[in-house]
Amino acid sequence: MKEVIHTPVKAIEEEEYHINMGPQHPSTHGVLRLVVSLQGEIVKSLKPHCGYIHRGIEKMCEKDTYPQIIHLTDRMDYLSAHINNHGVCLLVEDALQIEVPERVKYIRTIIDELTRIQSHQLWWASFGMDLGGLTCFFYGLRDREKILDIFEESCGSRLLHSYYTPGGLMWDIHPNFQKSVKDFIKYFRKKIKDYDRLLSGNIIFMNRSKGVGILSKEDAISYGVTGPSGRASGFSCDVRKHHPYGLYDKVDFKEILFNEGDTYHRYIARMDEMHESMKIIEQLIDNIPAGDFSAKMKAVIKLPAGEYYQRMESARGELGIYCISDGNKTPFRIKFRSPNFSNLSALDHISRDLKIADLVAIGGSLDFVIPDIDR
Amino acid sequence: MDLEKLKERITSLVPEAEFEENKQFLTAFIPAGKLHSTARALRASEDTAFDYLFCLTGVDMIKYLMVVYHLSSTKHKHSIVLKVKTEDRVNPAFDTVCDIWRTAEFLEREVYDLLGIKFNNHPDLRRIFLDENWKGYPLRKDYKDEVNIVEL
Repeated sequence: MKEVIHTPVKAIEEEEYHINMGPQHPSTHGVLRLVVSLQGEIVKSLKPHCGYIHRGIEKMCEKDTYPQIIHLTDRMDYLSAHINNHGVCLLVEDALQIEVPERVKYIRTIIDELTRIQSHQLWWASFGMDLGGLTCFFYGLRDREKILDIFEESCGSRLLHSYYTPGGLMWDIHPNFQKSVKDFIKYFRKKIKDYDRLLSGNIIFMNRSKGVGILSKEDAISYGVTGPSGRASGFSCDVRKHHPYGLYDKVDFKEILFNEGDTYHRYIARMDEMHESMKIIEQLIDNIPAGDFSAKMKAVIKLPAGEYYQRMESARGELGIYCISDGNKTPFRIKFRSPNFSNLSALDHISRDLKIADLVAIGGSLDFVIPDIDR
Repeated sequence: MDLEKLKERITSLVPEAEFEENKQFLTAFIPAGKLHSTARALRASEDTAFDYLFCLTGVDMIKYLMVVYHLSSTKHKHSIVLKVKTEDRVNPAFDTVCDIWRTAEFLEREVYDLLGIKFNNHPDLRRIFLDENWKGYPLRKDYKDEVNIVEL
């Protein structure tokens, strides 16, 4: 009888191999390419490759006047378009020491918070879809449409608004604005309960997100991870609290802070932020004072020579605008500190020694917007 | 720590530091050779504790190339700005700070990509946005690109 020889079959390859996730991959939410080193299905390291939609916005800004720059900032983080616009406006207003009318401050703060809600809605929709819950995508987009309708009514466009100008607004809000916003808040307070029922308490979702991709507070600070992702790790970085602008020093809201720093708490932090945003809007919407929608500005805006820095809390974290002016009508150098770029730098650290499926969950919870990374 | 004390601290660390007028932040030029040791001391010391590098910018000031570090402390809530400059336009280089603040790794790659400033001891200094075969550094003021930049 012939002897049977057993040759062991390796269930997992021990050698590392590399795969490309992206640039065309649904879970990277845009043209981001991650080169992932894998051992079996364990992520050993990953290298992000950016630049697929690098447009050189900082270079373009050096040739544009300040009102023109506003139109370029829309195209960085298109989900926080209003907040980016607001940053440039505040930079110019602070440099020229222009006091904007009270009415403008109210409208800007309300619209900024609506922007934050619609951004988080789209994040919730796509995050749910990344983890296999296709219903989330339809629910999220359905409710986001309501906010886009409000924007369309007042600003004239749905995505790239450029509604703010240095000194005020492009034009006054639509007469229906207050009613539409109040209707939306009433509507969304009911619908956000569905969000929780569908995903927050879902056992499959909790198993995939709880304790996965932990980022400690020290690492969050060192990597500069800000926004809800940083606050889920206990890094108190809400610009609205620490360096208030607009009317944030006059309204009552909580900075959402957790200490766990895992994917689940990054999720909960954003969900809670939507509640806080609605709270801010409710405090302001009935009290919009009458008055001008813009302060008087000169036709040509020139900033005095010097350096200016403006911090904003965009939907994804701390947006910084650093401007060096030589006294001309165009900036000498302008730099946008994009929150996504710093958040991306932590991805390698967070996802090491986890499964590749967890990488999708972590990437979703960090909420990347690729045009903001590449600029 | 208030601004006066911070100023004293920086002067005691680097006597050559030059302070600049700025309404928003305390701004100091540091000699390039002392950047790393100053940054490390400011990060490590208990009463300064600058643990958060919130912006890192490369600037071409025409006369010189400059890197600007915006630092703040999450514990004491104070901020400063450190600047280093070099007049060498052919082979500009500074020490990396990415062993002190991890976020600097990507931000320094961006500065290298767009301004051609090298960072000594950087673990992975490659272009980050542009193609590896790209010639020149777009954010330099003397950069010329006849194909992609339309002059009016």
